[in-house]
Amino acid sequence: MTVTAPPAPAGVVPSGRRRPERRRASRSNAGQSRFGYVFVSGYTLLLVAFGLLPTLYALFLSFTRNGVFVGFDNFVRVFNDYRFLPAVGHVALYVVFWLVSLIVLVVILAIVVHSIRVRWLGDTARFLFYIPGAIAGASSVLLWLFVLDPSVSPVSALLRSMGYESLVNVVAVGNLPVVFTVIAFWAGAGGWIVIMYGALNNISADIMEAARIDGAGALQVAWHIQLPMLTKWISYMGIMSLAAGTQLFVEPKILAQATKNVVPEDYSLNQLAYLYAFRQGDFSGSAAISVMLLVVALGLSTIFIFRGRLFERD
Amino acid sequence: MTDLAVRRRRRALTPGQWIGRAFVAVLLLTFAAFFILPIIWLVLAPTKTNSELLLDGPFAFGSFEQLVANWNELFAFGSGVFAVWLGNSAFYSFAALAITLIVSIPAGYALALIEFKGRRLLLVTTLVVMLIPNTALVLPIFLELSAVRLIGSPLAVILPFSFFPFGVYLTYIYFSTAVSRDLLNAARIDGAGELRVFAQVAMPLATPVIALVGFFSFVANWNNYFLPFLVVGGQKIPVQVGLANLLSNVPAFNPTTASSIVIQLPTLALATLLSVAPILLIFLFAQRFLVEGMTAGGTKE
Repeated sequence: MTVTAPPAPAGVVPSGRRRPERRRASRSNAGQSRFGYVFVSGYTLLLVAFGLLPTLYALFLSFTRNGVFVGFDNFVRVFNDYRFLPAVGHVALYVVFWLVSLIVLVVILAIVVHSIRVRWLGDTARFLFYIPGAIAGASSVLLWLFVLDPSVSPVSALLRSMGYESLVNVVAVGNLPVVFTVIAFWAGAGGWIVIMYGALNNISADIMEAARIDGAGALQVAWHIQLPMLTKWISYMGIMSLAAGTQLFVEPKILAQATKNVVPEDYSLNQLAYLYAFRQGDFSGSAAISVMLLVVALGLSTIFIFRGRLFERD
Repeated sequence: MTDLAVRRRRRALTPGQWIGRAFVAVLLLTFAAFFILPIIWLVLAPTKTNSELLLDGPFAFGSFEQLVANWNELFAFGSGVFAVWLGNSAFYSFAALAITLIVSIPAGYALALIEFKGRRLLLVTTLVVMLIPNTALVLPIFLELSAVRLIGSPLAVILPFSFFPFGVYLTYIYFSTAVSRDLLNAARIDGAGELRVFAQVAMPLATPVIALVGFFSFVANWNNYFLPFLVVGGQKIPVQVGLANLLSNVPAFNPTTASSIVIQLPTLALATLLSVAPILLIFLFAQRFLVEGMTAGGTKE
């Protein structure tokens, strides 16, 4: 749901051990495959109902108007909407802020936490970083409404020293990419730090020790050994976060509600798609925006599965 | 040998190393504060009155009496609608959790250990859908549900929640790495049918992955805002959506609020805290298990 939490951390398993493809022609094969179908039937049904059909239906809506095929008309109409390009700009700017800060800080923090030799200290640090992941969706935005409101904020001195006297100052439109980045980083970074930490554990102790004996300092080890070993995980994190970032919705939606539209209600693309469906009753336009976002997400995930080496493919 | 080397280095720290250590300490403290202070503030805020919240130090404790007063104000709001929202969240999340487990565990098992036509296709599709942010499908699902007139029904929340490809993938990975085919084949040679192999050989080994899938599904569904926001309304909304609605009744944020019943800031903080309390508790108690689960893929090799 959120643009914050890593969607699927636990399932990611570094490849390297390909499962052997076995096609044994045993006598039980026919019986087995019958059970195979029974076992996947429930899931396949849900996959069709809530993965495949919505996609096809959105495609159908986006190319028709009242059931009549209209080619790219809906897309052109949405594109020419004066709110569309600003929304693209907002989302793009946010994604840039979010990705850069996520990649730089998560990698640094993971390497630093990994370098802690005192076990309980390292465990505690990881736990503290990870715990905000429990607070997502509307709750995290609400919590940050408090933190960003100088009148009640735990860091009001900091906000005032930066010249902000009220919530409305803090969430001025120009600040929003940074505000959303801070919220998303707060809730989501911990999960990624834990994942990077696990990947760092994978680097054999011999290599690290050999480098140290050769006189490499901590920085050199980080740069020449740890960083190259992390690249595939960094690209995974980058692609997932890019896909999630384009979906920005809850944060601007709730801030718009809290600030009486100082934060515009058409700030992000998903908000615009929502307005098309609910305010204008224009499902075709809404579907057109959804399809564009879906194409981006599908493109990213497909490229990653077929070009990346992170997932076992058998 | 390693220990000795470490100790020797520790005794003779160069100025450069001192700076490095200081940098690490400052970095860790700064980020620990960034991650944890908002949560501590959130736990303390509901113990204060509105003026205490505005005037006292942010990390001061109010009083238990005030906590009770705020609690009563919150649950009295809209004749107890907050409790209804919490109940809805629990109902949707648990119902979806049950369906998710019933369909995902056998599916992941079959994908990992049974040969059948279309298996690869299903696996690749699962991966692709799993890597799409689930918000990307929310509006299409809404459009589909309104075409079949399911909007407003609890099923409009529960059924999409139950579709959890990540759970299937997790089960698939677990069964293909942790359970050997030879074990299953041995049972088959002993004359066990497929159903018995699954129920009596595979299931007893599956407890960790069931817990993990259950956890991720529950957290994702409890915290989901976008989908229920679109597909249910009125008395049927879960607490995430209700929380955002409460905001319209907070005079501090909405000075023009028309509603006669207003919510004070400490009460809103209490609502925020309660809306995440179940997840926060699970995180606190299961953290070792979770961190191990999350890094299992990375450390197993």
